[in-house]
Amino acid sequence: MDDPGNSSKSPVLEMTGVSAASRSAPETAMVEDVNWSVAAGEYWVLGGMHGSGKSDFLAMTAGLAAPLRGSYRLFGRQMPGLGDELLAEQLRVGLVFDGGQLFHHLTIEENLALPLRYHRELAHGDLENSVKSMLEATGLSAWAGRLPGTMGRSWQKRAGLARALVLQPEVLLLDNPLSGLDSRHLQWWLEALGEMSAGQGLAGGRPMTLVITAQDLRPWRNRPAHVAILQKGRFYSLGRQAQLSGLTDPMVRELLGEQAAPV
Amino acid sequence: MGEKNPEMPDPSPERTLLPPPPSLFYADYVGRALFGLWATVRGLGAFALITLGVMVTKFGAARDVTFPAIHQEQARTGTRVLPMFMFISAALGLVVVGQTITRLNQAGATLLMGPIMVAVVVRELGPLLTAMLALAWSGTRNVIELGTARALGEVEALEALRIDPIHYLVVPRVIGMALAVFALTIYFILGTLASGYFFAFVTNVPLRPDEYVRQLSDAMSGLDFVILTMKSCLFGVVIAVITCYHGLAQPLRLEEVPHAAIRAVAQSVVACVLLDAVFIVIYIFS
Repeated sequence: MDDPGNSSKSPVLEMTGVSAASRSAPETAMVEDVNWSVAAGEYWVLGGMHGSGKSDFLAMTAGLAAPLRGSYRLFGRQMPGLGDELLAEQLRVGLVFDGGQLFHHLTIEENLALPLRYHRELAHGDLENSVKSMLEATGLSAWAGRLPGTMGRSWQKRAGLARALVLQPEVLLLDNPLSGLDSRHLQWWLEALGEMSAGQGLAGGRPMTLVITAQDLRPWRNRPAHVAILQKGRFYSLGRQAQLSGLTDPMVRELLGEQAAPV
Repeated sequence: MGEKNPEMPDPSPERTLLPPPPSLFYADYVGRALFGLWATVRGLGAFALITLGVMVTKFGAARDVTFPAIHQEQARTGTRVLPMFMFISAALGLVVVGQTITRLNQAGATLLMGPIMVAVVVRELGPLLTAMLALAWSGTRNVIELGTARALGEVEALEALRIDPIHYLVVPRVIGMALAVFALTIYFILGTLASGYFFAFVTNVPLRPDEYVRQLSDAMSGLDFVILTMKSCLFGVVIAVITCYHGLAQPLRLEEVPHAAIRAVAQSVVACVLLDAVFIVIYIFS
């Protein structure tokens, strides 16, 4: 079951014996002994039940927390680095939170502009154009001047995606992007993710590396994604989605919606 | 029946916790309080040093974000609350300064007005009361804003966008509040002295405005200006650091934010009074 997902392409993320800590209890390991490699342009879905440590693992992958143990290399550089020495590599990775985690005192437009104003010295016109084009591409133009609290959760998630994309990351990590969406938003997300993986649409012409966590693998049934699961603190790489039908693990069957495992 | 469940606590009498003897109870209480105080001082010191480090190493970085944030903080702590400060300074002038002038006049000691006004209003009441009002207005807001942002995951979102939360959230508040408290202190002192004279004027105290101003200027030295500037700016820094620390640096859930605000206010008051005491010592020995 443990296939590190090797590829001929150079790895953008590479973990050897990595343990990820819980964000609420930093001394406690949520996921242990992860050996994983993600090549540029790959599309990964990490399945797992609520509380399996998906969000903690993704936060560590994004560099928000140091691994408890093991070696983690991001674009070939050892993580975590000291101070801002890995800022250039870290800016190549975007993270989209489950609830969008927008800045509630800023409008949607200002939320998108903040990372650009902080990291890029853009002229006012260029900044405005970048934000405007991202708002249009994500269907958020009508919400530009509104505060996040006035939007529904689905739109907040989408705004979170738009904010992560304004810095044009090469790797995008998405925490439960499809949870709680209605069918229309779900369809939009699946299409947008597929396009980004193919280098179209929001990706801006370059295939984007995607790592997505999910509690339900069904939306990816027919997608060309690599699948891994987090179960009882362990990371299992399962191969391509098409290969899953042969697996009899109860949790995999449950994540595919085929049976309910005992609680 | 009679079988013990290993997962349940043993209810037998020998395991019942009896209250400790009073001496042990107080020793325990004092010990915990001292350790708590030490942990707070250490945490605050570390947070202040980190903030100072970020301020120095990232000076001028991301100006498009931090400079407007500093101006915004100055406006929120300073300009917008100026009417309230002027009202309180006028009230204080009428109550304290006006009364003092009247009493001094009755005692025939009008020559002491200048030195007393400078000692009471310029050196002590002005900076300390301004700091307390700034704490009530902006300090509590800092804890609530930052604590809520932390609890809602916004601070984590900043980190994910590689925006240093100290640089974006704390540094502008520290600089903005230091400048705002300094400016407010000046306005507060001027307002208090002016309204105090107004009270004396309407109660027919025989003191001409030019004489009042001359007494004040004679009583003030260069050191007063230097210490007033340092004191008011440091009050602003102390309040901003303590309130930001309690809002940002500790893991918070939404329900913990009010407690954090209370802790921050209490510690800020104590810190400002201690700082004021240090300046009193400087005055005495200078």
